[in-house]
Order: sequence, then structure tokens, then C-alpha cells
Amino acid sequence: MALRQCAIYGKGGIGKSTTTQNLVAGLAEAGKKVMIVGCDPKADSTRLILHAKAQNSIMQMAAEAGSVEDLELEDVLKVGYRDIKCVESGGPEPGVGCAGRGVITAINFLEEEGAYEEDLDFVFYDVLGDVVCGGFAMPIRENKAQEIYIVCSGEMMAMYAANNIAKGIVKYANSGGVRLAGLICNSRNTAREDELIMELARQLGTQMIHFVPRDNVVQRAEIRRMTVIEYEPAAKQAQEYRDLANKIINNKNFVIPTPITMDALEDLLMQFGLMDEEDESIVGKTAAEEAKA
Amino acid sequence: MSQAVENILPSYPLFRNDEYKANLKNKQDNYEERHSDDKIQETFLWSTSEEYKKLNFAREALTINPAKACQPLGAVLCALGFEKTLPYVHGSQGCVAYFRSYFNRHFKEPVSCVSDSMTEDAAVFGGQKNMYDGLENAKAMYKPAMIAVSTTCMAEVIGDDLNAFINNSKKEGHIPQDYPVPFAHTPSFVGSHTTGWDNMFEGIARYFTLNHMEGKEIGSNGKINLVPGFETYLGNFRVIKRMMADMGVDATLMSDPTEVLDTPADGTFRMYAGGTTMDEVKDAPNAYDTLLLQPWQLEKTKKFVQGTWKHTAPKINIPMGLDWTDDFLMKVSEITGKPISNTLLTERGRLVDMMTDSHAWLHGKKFGVYGDADFVLGMVKFLLEVGAEPTQILCNHANKRWKKEVEALLASSPYGANSEVHISKDLWHFRSLMFTNKPDFMIGNSYGKFIQRDTLHKGKEFEVPLIRIGFPIFDRHHMHRDTTLGYEGAMYMLRTLTNAVLERLDEETRGMGTTDYNYDLIR
Repeated sequence: MALRQCAIYGKGGIGKSTTTQNLVAGLAEAGKKVMIVGCDPKADSTRLILHAKAQNSIMQMAAEAGSVEDLELEDVLKVGYRDIKCVESGGPEPGVGCAGRGVITAINFLEEEGAYEEDLDFVFYDVLGDVVCGGFAMPIRENKAQEIYIVCSGEMMAMYAANNIAKGIVKYANSGGVRLAGLICNSRNTAREDELIMELARQLGTQMIHFVPRDNVVQRAEIRRMTVIEYEPAAKQAQEYRDLANKIINNKNFVIPTPITMDALEDLLMQFGLMDEEDESIVGKTAAEEAKA
Repeated sequence: MSQAVENILPSYPLFRNDEYKANLKNKQDNYEERHSDDKIQETFLWSTSEEYKKLNFAREALTINPAKACQPLGAVLCALGFEKTLPYVHGSQGCVAYFRSYFNRHFKEPVSCVSDSMTEDAAVFGGQKNMYDGLENAKAMYKPAMIAVSTTCMAEVIGDDLNAFINNSKKEGHIPQDYPVPFAHTPSFVGSHTTGWDNMFEGIARYFTLNHMEGKEIGSNGKINLVPGFETYLGNFRVIKRMMADMGVDATLMSDPTEVLDTPADGTFRMYAGGTTMDEVKDAPNAYDTLLLQPWQLEKTKKFVQGTWKHTAPKINIPMGLDWTDDFLMKVSEITGKPISNTLLTERGRLVDMMTDSHAWLHGKKFGVYGDADFVLGMVKFLLEVGAEPTQILCNHANKRWKKEVEALLASSPYGANSEVHISKDLWHFRSLMFTNKPDFMIGNSYGKFIQRDTLHKGKEFEVPLIRIGFPIFDRHHMHRDTTLGYEGAMYMLRTLTNAVLERLDEETRGMGTTDYNYDLIR
């Protein structure tokens, strides 16, 4: 099987890292050989696989060694649950330096050291929040991730972010092979969430590949630094992640997305009652003015 | 203080006039808060001590006078070696001014290279618009047949994606779809100028061959490919071509800037001249094999040549000195089936003759050497061959494997017994070594002249004269036309080293009535 490279994007705090690690555990359980590349200075994309607090990142070790050229692959590549390979790019503390460059350096390093030449079925890039600069688009450059999955929920900001990410993908999709492969709905238990995300997916030209319900077992597993599949294989939630993994294995739905306008997004939210009809007459009116009227 | 038009003096000797001397003294005494001469001398002497050397080598965070340059400089030189190719640097303008002036100070030639001048807004929004305009304008203005794109730090830090930008430029119609624009990401904060050469070459080879390997057959064109790497001795390109022609070997130099960096003054400006053609690059996979003339700097190229062209790219050393030129020619002969010509055998014999003639003067002389990885390795090999001792060996950009290789080479000869190899060290480290472990001479680029001045300042007996072989050489003319590769190159180096030894001996023995008993007519 040819190597498939996938990138996971989505609004900050939406559960990208948790979803990625759980679904990767599902892939590994199905016998797939997987590598996770964490592209986030927080370096928390592999902790559930490695049962570690935070893996030593490429940039951190490069800083200690003097330069990235002084590193060897085995220094940074750790193997965890079911032989899942784990790498964290790492980056600076908040407020200093350039985290985007860290992602570029780390991925170049992995390529030069032949990390992708090993026997692998999947590589998953877990990318920080939004595509804020060129560095965080590194995983979707030519010859890297071809499939993008966006994790979202039925909340306004999560959908707003998903639409923005779709815009970013269009830029790269036109000149290369990168495609949107689906939305993963990580449920927040909002009303008619599944319908809403399916509708958003339809408008973006893609699919909701899976609806992951909310379940406390995820948190229980997480405080033990484990994925649900490892912590409680019989849990219903474990089966959800297995289903997601299977859908990804069999996924053929790769599209150049059709991002929607702000107005269309607001219409959608209003239609599902997540947003009130806008009242143009109150715009710019102070409380005092309103009282007078 | 005004000068007369009929007799305009440069700073030296002008500043030797009493008027200027008084002026300078006034400035130093009253405005510079200068330390006393004694204090300055004391500090200077401390900087030459063993104690200072220890502190200097414990330095962690600072580079002083690096013995290397940055990636895009190498990328530009590589691009200049292709026919009608315009080197294009995506990023800030000042960097490109530096590449151009660096090369024209060395080659004394104009160097054509463009930048797409990214500024504040491009740093925020990304440089795609600059590339749209840059490619379109550069093509319209300078009419190159190919544009070879590399990058500066600025574009690299913000993560500009060259592949996407170039494809989009084509899609948007700024340049035609089939117009060749190979590219390489060349961040200056990684590697050195040699890494940049390697990256750019790989980019060009990739552009013309990666998706065109169908129907390619190794050996079908009867040629051999020679990849020079970051090479600035024009004579080296010429000697390689001459040796191949002598053997009747049809060889392609993959990047050959000899013409464009050596255009005649006949009234016509040539922005482009000579160079490896696009057809030659397309045809390269059909060759018998590819030899990398500077293998330590061509790792990415090697990977591509082996992975895509399926050439073996056998391990050779830089063809410097006697042995390694032998090895190179034998390897060419083995690959092509052509015997080594009698002309070359005679030339080899002449070199051996010269080596024995001069041997007595070079025997046991100690040399410090710094420069690029392959050059330094080749120079060490040659010094050992002529019985000289390369005692202080320094390469700023080389890795640990290189250090081991040099140490193994040194261990193979009694003349290498007292040698030290330093990597990731700069010329300020080298300066310390020239005081504490004084060799008889140092071999390197023009920057060594300041070390020579410092050693002389301590006293004539401490002076380490600089022999200029390397890159860049800014302060002597036309040395870039000389040759360091092949038997011819070995002859040049032998002559240069021997005569430097004799010059120095003359200098020391021409004291009238004191040392001139050895100021001999015949050496």
C-alpha cells in the first residue's frame, strides 16, 4: 500500500490531538503502520501514544545539540502503543521566535533523515489551530500531506475556523495535489449538531466522515495518558474511533473545497438557530440612545 | 588637506603626511577614549596566549569571521553554470547585492542575478505577488532561457512555498506553462554555500529529469557526467575538459560557468555565455555514470543521481594531487572503457619530476589549512604527498564524518602525525592556533591576511605568511583562473607552495652582513 499522508487541522481546543491519537490507535489496531508528526509548539500530539507528559521535540533537541544537523533520527523518533512512531516538531515559548519555521525545519529534517522511507501506511500531521502562516502550511506542500481532515463541532467559531481552513486548502489545492478529505465532527452536544455539520460539509463540497459522540471515557483515558482503544478496548467510544479509522482507510472522497462566504455561513447558523437574525436598526446604538427610542 | 588633481594620493601614503598624522592623533587623544598603547599591546599579547586560546575554543554562542558563506551564494554560482540561465533569488534585495559583489570581487566580472525584493508587506502576506511580478519582469527584461530560483532567509522564515508559487505564476499566465523554472529552498541559517550549490543542482536535475525518466537508458549516450560542486577555479573546469578530451571521453560538466565568468572585453556585454545546456541536463540520465568531483558537498545530488538516474555515482575523492587524480582518471577509464592517454601519462611524469625537484624545500614544512570540506581534504592529501605537514586543519562547515575521514588520511602518513583537525570552528579560532601552534605558512582565502598581520605584529619570528589558495580571493588578481585539480593543478600548487617557501627564505636571509651568507642565487 502506498504511503498516505494526512493532516489534521481545526480550531484550537477542538480536540485535534485527542481525536488524532485515538483514530491512529484505531488504524494501528487494524494493522496499519502509522507515524504521527506533531506540528505544534505545545508538543502534546503524542502523549497518549507514548504515555508521556510531552515528548522531547526536534527543535528542543536541536537547540540543545547546537543545530539540527547534529541530530540523528533515533534521537527524536519514539515508538509507542502498537509500534506507532511519534515525532514532535516543537517550537518556541509563546511570544518569541517563530513556531512556523520550527515546523519547516522539523519536516525537512525528517525527510532528509529518511523517516518517510520506512515501511509506513499512514503519516498524520497534527497541526496547531489555524493555518496562521506559511510554516503551518508546510505539511500540505507538494509531496507531503494530500488529505486534509478538519476537526470541528457544531459551535459557531469551530465552523468559522473550518471554513477558513478550507480557504487555505484552496490556495494549495490549485497548484498541487492536496485535497480536503472530510470533516470530523467532535461532538459538543449542541442541538442538531450532526445535521448542521453535514450541511456545512455539503456546502464545502465535502463529507462529514464521522460523527464522534461525546463520552467521558475519553477524559478518563486521557488522564491516564492513554487512548480509549488502549485504556478500554470494549468501550462504545473505542468502537467510534475504530469506525472513524475504517472510514479513513476506505475514504475516496477527496475534493478541492468550495469555501462559503461569511453571509452564507451566518445564514446556515441562523437556519439551525445558533445565531439570531441580525437587526440592522440597533447597530451602533448606545444603551442611552436605545432607551430614548 | 586638499589634494592636487595632478597627484591624487590614495589613503596610503596620503595618511602618512604630518598633517594627517596630527589629525588622527588629535582624534584618538581627545574623542576616542582610547586605552593607552601599553594597555592595547598587553591585551593584544593576551589574545595570542595559550590561556586565550582555551577561552576562545570554549566559545559557544558566537561566530567571529566564519570560514564559510551562505546557501544562496552557492545556488547562484550553480545557476550561472547553465546556458542562458538567470539566477533569481526570492527574498530580500540586500542579500542579492551581496552575492553579486562577492563574486565580482573574486572574478572581476559582472555577475547577473535578480531579486524579487520582498519588503515589509511581503513578509506579512507572503511573497507570491513578488514572484508573479519578478518572474514576469525578469523574463521580459533579461530574456533568459531558464530562471533558477533560490531563497533568502526572509522567505524561508515565513515559509514561502516555491513550488506552489511558481506553479501559480504559470497558472496565472505570468510566465508560460512550459517555461523552465527550477528551484531550491536555500535557507542561509542551515549549512553553507556548498549546501546551497548542492540544493540548486538537485533542483535543476529534478526539474528536467524527475518526471522524464521514461525511455532513459544508462550508457545510451556514451557520455559521463561530472558534477563540479561549488568550484571557483576556472582553470579547474578547463583542466577537467582538457583531460577528458585527451582521453577521448565525451563528458558533460554539470554546471560550467567558465565562459560567463570570463567574458572578453571586446565591446559587447554578454549577460549569458556558455554553460551546460538544458538538453545536456535532460540527457544526463543516459550517461554511463555520474562522478561527483566534490563528494563531501554533494550529498543531496548523490541521493538524486542514485535514486532517480539509477547511476552508481561511485565514491571518489576530489581529484587533487597525484594519487587522487590517478584515482579519478582510472575511474573514468573504468567507466568509459577509454584508456588513459599518453599525454596524461607524460603530464603525470612531469608532475612527479617536479615533486622530486622541490621535495627538499617542502619536506617537514608545516602548514595551516582552512576552507571548504573537499578542498581542505584534497590539500591535506597533496601536502602529505610532497612531505609537508598539514598541522592545523580547519573546516567551518564540515561534519564529524569528514573529521574522521581527514584523521584517517593523516594516520596513513608519518607527515600527519602532528596534525589537528577542527570542525565548526571559525577564523578567530584559527588565529589562536596560528599563535599557539605556529606553522610555517597558512593556506586559505584572502581573509587570512588579517591573521598574517596580527602574527607579524607580535614579531617577525611569529609571522605566519598566507598562501592564497581557496575562495574568495579578493586582494590578488586573476588567481581564480588558476588550477588546483588534476596533475596541472598539482603543478600549480607545488609551484605556489615551493616559491612561497623560497620567497620567505630570501626575505629572512637578505640581511646585509648578518644573514646573507644564505642569501643564495641558486635554490
